[in-house]
Amino acid sequence: MATQHSRIAARFMVAPSVVLLFLWMIVPLVTTIYFSFLDYKLLVPKPSTWAGFDNYYYFLTDRTFLASILHTLAIVLGVLFITVVGGILLALLMNMPFWGQGIVRVLVIAPFFVMPTVSALVWKNMFMNPVNGMFAHIAKGLGLQPFDFLSQAPLLSIIGIVAWQWLPFATLILLTSLQSLDGEQQEAAEMDGASVLSRFFYLTVPHLTRAVTVVILIQTIFLLAVFAEIFVTTSGGPGTATTTISYLVYIQSLVKYDVGAGSAGGIIAVILANIVAFFAMRMIGKNLDA
Amino acid sequence: MGKIVLKSVRKSFGDVHVIPSVDLTIENGEFVVFVGPSGCGKSTLLRLIAGLEDTSSGTIEIDGKDATALPPAKRGLAMVFQSYALYPHMTVRKNIMFPLKMAGMDIEAATKKADAAAKVLNLTSYMERKPGQLSGGQRQRVAIGRAIVREPAAFLFDEPLSNLDAALRGNMRLEITELHHTLKTTMIYVTHDQVEAMTMADKIVVLQAGNIEQVGSPLDLYNHPANVFVAGFIGSPRMNLLTGADAQAMGATTIGVRPEHMDISTSAGKWKGVVSVAELLGSDTFLHVNVEGHGSMTVRAGGDVNLRHGDTVYLSPQDGKVHRFGADGKAIA
Repeated sequence: MATQHSRIAARFMVAPSVVLLFLWMIVPLVTTIYFSFLDYKLLVPKPSTWAGFDNYYYFLTDRTFLASILHTLAIVLGVLFITVVGGILLALLMNMPFWGQGIVRVLVIAPFFVMPTVSALVWKNMFMNPVNGMFAHIAKGLGLQPFDFLSQAPLLSIIGIVAWQWLPFATLILLTSLQSLDGEQQEAAEMDGASVLSRFFYLTVPHLTRAVTVVILIQTIFLLAVFAEIFVTTSGGPGTATTTISYLVYIQSLVKYDVGAGSAGGIIAVILANIVAFFAMRMIGKNLDA
Repeated sequence: MGKIVLKSVRKSFGDVHVIPSVDLTIENGEFVVFVGPSGCGKSTLLRLIAGLEDTSSGTIEIDGKDATALPPAKRGLAMVFQSYALYPHMTVRKNIMFPLKMAGMDIEAATKKADAAAKVLNLTSYMERKPGQLSGGQRQRVAIGRAIVREPAAFLFDEPLSNLDAALRGNMRLEITELHHTLKTTMIYVTHDQVEAMTMADKIVVLQAGNIEQVGSPLDLYNHPANVFVAGFIGSPRMNLLTGADAQAMGATTIGVRPEHMDISTSAGKWKGVVSVAELLGSDTFLHVNVEGHGSMTVRAGGDVNLRHGDTVYLSPQDGKVHRFGADGKAIA
């Protein structure tokens, strides 16, 4: 009965970590839920009072709320599309044997190591700036009017910046998956008369589904919470053109100093993220089985 | 139909000449086995015929037409790989139908052909399964099914049985041989197992270091090995090869005696030795005998021979069963 004893012992051994992790998760959650029901404004020097569902009501009926959901979705879907399609193409390219492969791989992965704030500032000031930016110089060199990315196409610009950061991640995961593709399978298909394109669609794409699923699930979680890139480039503007849910929560709590409404927004964001995760798992999670 | 002719085919990878120069004719309907130790270039030769590797020089003719520069799909050959190379996300039916689909055949005709192939290979009840749910032997049959439906000019097998256990290997060996009798299509089969070569082939091609050592029927190779390498490679257990005074006395540098052509006696004979191991198989007994001056020799005796470790025995080769080889390793007629 050694196994049963060791199983009980194992439970006692892991108990402290489980308890710690549970507290780690539950304390901030309960505190946030508690704040979300309080009339708790940092600018009003009075004791916080019970507010019922008022915070939720105001957050949900805020004119920017619906827009912020759409912006969040646009960023998540846009970045996912660019990184998955671009990642597959880049991975295919990098999977070919060529001289200097190792260096190229490091270079491709490099953007992932740049902090979001830094990369967003580099993009904003060195590339997209309509006076000094690289793109403006190119446009002027071609005799065109420089394009002011962040005020004329703010959401697309942010999608571009975020996609640039996440492309390496997708490429890396898809490349590992490509490298495990069976060479004999490819040769068998070649003998069966499959062209390069049919081999890609009938063999490579099915082989990549699992890696693509991993990329989509992991990126969705992080993309729902994109904040630094918006903060340092557009601050949610112009107007509310780039205000996402997470940015709206920030505005409520630290610009308007309304902790109650901010907490309510946080809880709503948690619920929305769970809904997205639920559907994502339902739709593509089955690819992870077997 | 499926006559394949190789004319001074060479293959080099950089400075490494894997196949120095090969001339070979494979007749229509023949079952040809390429056999040799690992690294002898037999798989490379098969891949050259398949078109998966490009020849460095020389020509490959299939069916009377120069196919040297043709892509694999256009050569009309089908290949069965060592790892089966099935498409893991497709059902058995889709796997078998894949080449037909790529050829643009309509679904109905393709389904009919796939079903017919499945019937031949006893796969009918597995058609909707995926390769991951099949055993090794079944996967092997699916791979063969995928090759059959194309009705190729020739089948190429690249060590198809080496991933199977011994019992299954024996069964599949029979099945492939029967398939050859039914289809009467040219088959080229690569293996390092000389038992497979002996039992299946119409014609065996023995390769070493990219060179053809000998081409012939199994019994030809067994009875008249052209050189020391073939003599040592074909036959199990290995032929006993002796050098020195005994060989010189017979006018050769090396002489070879097969274990089954050695008489054994406890009283008198040509060579005296001590039994080191006796392998009892019931039908036969393989005796490994340490002979003074010649090292270990293998003898095949009857199943009823009662000799044990440490017994002293005398061995003598049977008359007319000694193979003689000259200084260059070639057989002396």
